[in-house]
Amino acid sequence: MQRIYIFKRFERFWHWSQAMLIMFMMLTGFEIHGTYTWFGFQRAVAYHTSAAWVLITLWIFAIFWHFTTGEWKQYKPTMEKAAAVLRYYLTGIFTNAPHPFRQSTLTKHNPLQRLAYLFVKLVINPLIWLTGLLYLFYGSWSSWGLSWLSLEWIAMGHVIGAFLMLIFFIAHVYLATVGHTPTAHIKAMVTGWEEID
Amino acid sequence: MTNQRTIIGALIALATGLTILGVAHAAAEPALSAASTKTINDAAPKPTSSTADHTKFEVLQAEFKSGPEVTKACLTCHTEAAKQVHLSKHWTWEYKNPDTGQVLGKKHVINNFCTAVASNEDHCSACHIGYGWADDKFDFTVQENVDCLVCHDTTGAYKKLPGLAGHPNYETMEWPPKSGRLRPPTDLKKVAQNVGQTSRKTCGACHFRGGGGDAVKHGDLDSSLETPQRYLDVHMDADGLDFACSKCHVTDAHEVPGSRYAPTTTDTNGAQMRGSKKIRNPVTCQACHGSAPHGKADAKLNDHTKKIACQTCHIPAYARGPRHAKMSWDWSTAGKLDEHGTRIKTRNSIGKVEYDSNKGHFTYDRYVIPEYQWFNGKVKYTLFGDQIDASNVVKINEFLGGPEDPDARIWPVRVFRGKQMYDKGLNTLAVLHTAGNDDTAYWKNYDWDKALAAGMKAVGAEYSGSMGFVATEMSWPITHMVAPKEDALKCEQCHAKGGRLAGIDGAYIPARDRIVAMDMAGFSLALLALISVLVHGAMRIFVSSKNKD
Ligand code: HEM
Repeated sequence: MQRIYIFKRFERFWHWSQAMLIMFMMLTGFEIHGTYTWFGFQRAVAYHTSAAWVLITLWIFAIFWHFTTGEWKQYKPTMEKAAAVLRYYLTGIFTNAPHPFRQSTLTKHNPLQRLAYLFVKLVINPLIWLTGLLYLFYGSWSSWGLSWLSLEWIAMGHVIGAFLMLIFFIAHVYLATVGHTPTAHIKAMVTGWEEID
Repeated sequence: MTNQRTIIGALIALATGLTILGVAHAAAEPALSAASTKTINDAAPKPTSSTADHTKFEVLQAEFKSGPEVTKACLTCHTEAAKQVHLSKHWTWEYKNPDTGQVLGKKHVINNFCTAVASNEDHCSACHIGYGWADDKFDFTVQENVDCLVCHDTTGAYKKLPGLAGHPNYETMEWPPKSGRLRPPTDLKKVAQNVGQTSRKTCGACHFRGGGGDAVKHGDLDSSLETPQRYLDVHMDADGLDFACSKCHVTDAHEVPGSRYAPTTTDTNGAQMRGSKKIRNPVTCQACHGSAPHGKADAKLNDHTKKIACQTCHIPAYARGPRHAKMSWDWSTAGKLDEHGTRIKTRNSIGKVEYDSNKGHFTYDRYVIPEYQWFNGKVKYTLFGDQIDASNVVKINEFLGGPEDPDARIWPVRVFRGKQMYDKGLNTLAVLHTAGNDDTAYWKNYDWDKALAAGMKAVGAEYSGSMGFVATEMSWPITHMVAPKEDALKCEQCHAKGGRLAGIDGAYIPARDRIVAMDMAGFSLALLALISVLVHGAMRIFVSSKNKD
């Protein structure tokens, strides 16, 4: 067993605060959507809007960090071993087969993770940002020459983003438990240190 | 040399400065002591805002015998007043809608309350600002026929009575009829000497009592607005802002703006500056508040003004005072008499007339939640002569506009429902001769045919001899009884399924609306993901427990 330092301090801070925020945004967002009543619509909107600004700020810092540290390369898609990793999660994991991918500081994520996170960063997040900001600035549409937009379509795009985020969230939380022990990956995201065979 | 001069100059300057300071100080002192003991200001009598005391005018010292005599006296100084009044809707009871070309006004429209003015002028004209409109021969050009007092009385003693063609009583008279109570002759001299600006009470004398009584017609106007609390109307609050009607209905040359015949439903202007030459309706909320009145913390509310009238949130209900608004009027049951052949009047548990032989059945309600609809300010009336479809509800007036119309907003509306007379042969709403001391008046003889023949004759038509009752609806925009902001609608009252705006099409309302198929797909996929990971997890647990054995 070997320990390697994978997640830097900012990265861990970013990850956990983003996790909290996204959970909160889903909670308040689906209340605004009318799925249930908990805070009440008015407060749900107020919380969702405040959290949105915090999340956007966080994302701006994260983007800056990714580019200044070169960490963005971690998400460069690769198909190498992707099929093997998929096969591992579908069968190998039940037969104690070895994981086909070896983590290192230079490649933190296995090929499936890379694809999934890239999808989050290039599709889900921009969709939510764009539609969310347009939603927020509905009152300025006419002065921005956007009167042709329909609130219904913007809301639809935002809700699609929310559903994608929800599905990602479910899969992500579960996959966090598939390390060599159920809490290994989670501990790694707390301490920064991953234990690898 | 120069030095010396400078020193002298400086000394002079210093001396002057000190003197000025001393004088200023001395001057300040008495003022200060006056303020602290509050003698001068207290003693000064508060001037009235008016510059004329009408009790001092010679022409008003007369023992007036009639209203027109008073008017003549008024006109000796206010030389142009009657000419102005003659041009106003209050006088003509006529309004030509420039959009539709329809000739409207009380003189012409048929409503679903007492239905029509024609043939009943001597009663209806108790709310006309004139004297002597008893029938279709009234001369609208006579200046002294203008009734100044009904609007400008401040004593509360002036009252025009139905049946007197717009006059107050000049002799002792039993009032209300058959009450046994005697009303002394109107003291015209006293009223004339105490004229002043219009007030909620003078406007309300007619507008709170439209349709024949208090709280009958508008729903958002009734006598509780004479001295309302803040709760009932934040602007008219008698202990607060205490607005008179004219504070918003800013009147110029006796033409009072803010008519329902062509209302301004959408105003995208900012607040109107003093002196602004822009021609606009001064009565809108926006004329004072602008179109983005909510503060930064509530900025989202400003976005709503693209689709929603201020009134929709800020008047959460009408008839919010102690008075019950009349809600429906069914003429079809009128005319039942007791075994002696006399008029029946029954009252409900709150003392409101439920049935009256003269008029039929009524219902009432208080704290009424309005109906909501798109409204662009254009109104289409069903007038006498317009062909109707009696198998359907006839819209006395239809508010137009839809979600795609940039001038339309979602408005709160009072819909007054009833059943009323129509001429089956002519297929049009009918004109009924209701009031009068003659053989044909319905309230005298309860004979539909005679009363309809007389009523229709008054509008130049011939009654076909066959009548029926048709269901009708009349719409009233709700705009008075503005609640304090604490009582405005809460977000949840519309942003929910089955909320206030449940029936509104063409607007996406978060929490009310969703694309069902998308929700189904989204939640199904999320559930599928959840089940997959749970099965995967269960299998892992199962395998690892087997491996341990
Ligand atoms: C993980 C992130 C987020 C999730 C899961 C999420 C989810 C949702 C959902 C489900 C709705 C209800 C939409 C509807 O039914 O019409 C909503 C509304 C909204 N969201 Fe988000 N959202 C997220 C982030 C954001 C961001 C970043 C912004 C802003 C920049 C934003 C702004 C809004 C706004 C303005 C509304 C509408 C509130 C209103 O009715 O006024 N959201 N969100």
